[in-house]
Amino acid sequence: MRSLKVICPNGHLGFAPIRTESFKLGVAARPDYIAADSGSDDVGPVPLGSDVSTSPLAWQTHDLEQMLLAARSLGVPMIIGSAGDTGSGSRVDLFVSIIKALADKHRLPAFKLGYFYSDVSKDYLRSRMLKGSVVEGLDGRPPLTEAELDATERVVAMADVHPFVELLRRGADVIIGGRSSDSAVFAAPAIHHEFPPEQAYYLGKVLECASFCAEPYGGKETVLGEVSADDVRVTAMSPAQRCTVASVAGHAMYERSNPNYEHVASGTLDMSQCRYEQVDAKTTRITGARFEPWDFRVKLEGAGKTGERYVGMVGIRDPYTIAHIDEVMAWARGQARERFGDTGYELHYTVYGRNGVMGELEPLKQHPAHEVCVLVQAVAPSAEMAEELCMIGTRQMFYARLPEVKGSAGSVAFALDEVLRASPAYRWTLNHTLRCDDPLALFPTHMTVAGVK
Amino acid sequence: MKTRKLSEIAKTIRSKNAGVDKITFDIIFTDRASYERVKRARVVTRETVQSLYGIPDSRISDFVEFDPANAIKFTIYRPRPSGSAGDPDIFGSQQYAPLLDIEIPDNA
Repeated sequence: MRSLKVICPNGHLGFAPIRTESFKLGVAARPDYIAADSGSDDVGPVPLGSDVSTSPLAWQTHDLEQMLLAARSLGVPMIIGSAGDTGSGSRVDLFVSIIKALADKHRLPAFKLGYFYSDVSKDYLRSRMLKGSVVEGLDGRPPLTEAELDATERVVAMADVHPFVELLRRGADVIIGGRSSDSAVFAAPAIHHEFPPEQAYYLGKVLECASFCAEPYGGKETVLGEVSADDVRVTAMSPAQRCTVASVAGHAMYERSNPNYEHVASGTLDMSQCRYEQVDAKTTRITGARFEPWDFRVKLEGAGKTGERYVGMVGIRDPYTIAHIDEVMAWARGQARERFGDTGYELHYTVYGRNGVMGELEPLKQHPAHEVCVLVQAVAPSAEMAEELCMIGTRQMFYARLPEVKGSAGSVAFALDEVLRASPAYRWTLNHTLRCDDPLALFPTHMTVAGVK
Repeated sequence: MKTRKLSEIAKTIRSKNAGVDKITFDIIFTDRASYERVKRARVVTRETVQSLYGIPDSRISDFVEFDPANAIKFTIYRPRPSGSAGDPDIFGSQQYAPLLDIEIPDNA
């Protein structure tokens, strides 16, 4: 085929619902594939660590239903990557069951539903490390140690195009993927139809955030990408948006430290020689992308639990107390140390109105507002300890002993005279890469049937 | 000497996570002329970013002047990974405000 058209209605399926008007326009353009990425490490380590979705089930179902009905009515494949925010096995199973339920609900004629997993077991990593493999750190992290592996709850690997292509080869009409590189979801159909990798991965790069490559700013609108042997064209489907040279080139930088290179497991997309051309009011054409293969290596994401968590908050209005807020917090921390000792827990203070949002980076932290809000987070091995720790860390600010304070009936204001249970605290223990000989080895593929026979 | 603020000249000033260990900042100009003017004025450089944010050079992982998008982009290492307890900005999306008031001389 001379060119392949793919529409993407959502940069992160489930995180907020798609805008259906531009999606209908995208469907009317008769694409060859409908695809979306459903996951991100943006959402922090808690969903992967505790194996839940942060996106509501109703929104995930809404978007999957829109895409499934459109894809089946057009008779074109539908591809979803990084199911359920984290792409873990339970999320793949969730999306597979949603697709099956939707197929039954709408009495869709039977179709082939392929899926793959991206979970990596800790035992597998441990045995690779014992045999001498180095799990290299990214972004300045040291290589993975056994201690950090022990501290990890769950690990996923980011798939490249291979499990998607394998399932397309086997005739899948709908594919639900585990954790994958964003661009791989869209590059896979292009690779499957034998378009060159540099065009395929550029297509993926530009489509993966949907309408973030268009202007004026507006998320969750559909964009259409068309790949050929020597270019990619991207068009905004919403009547209010355009894909311009500026918006598409600007998107190359989005969420990346370097705008010129995008790494996937099988190599690097080099965009440094890309040329951007406005083809019509809503379409930009990109040429000059290059792809450099390298030894196959997967990116690994892993989260480990740091403890149970409670939060408390107080308000402060006395300017003298605000000027001495560090001493107020030090008093409360001191009380926590008297009760629990120096280690074995975490107590965090975030001072809104001074430097709550930016922390140490805040240039104006010497100039707090006339009122501040202090958010307290207590993390401890048990819920009971986290609760008591949070009570002390919060309530002892009320009893802070400042030498010249006028307000001797309480140094803080409580909107809530309680502390609140929050999700357990996690941290990213893995942001690493691992060499693999076989691109499919970590991504077992499966095929089933959905709909009515 | 008359000056204008960066927020009056740039179309987009934003910050966002670049993976879980870094935050990346984009300053995107409406046209080539504004972009070239701000580059010439040397008011957004590795050095001015260090001074504005109170960080050493080693905290800056990348600093790029990206001509195809008329944009200046820099990336810094987070003090701790995104979403760790105590991190006040899981997505890294509200760290750019100090850039808004950078002053550019009119005669740059």
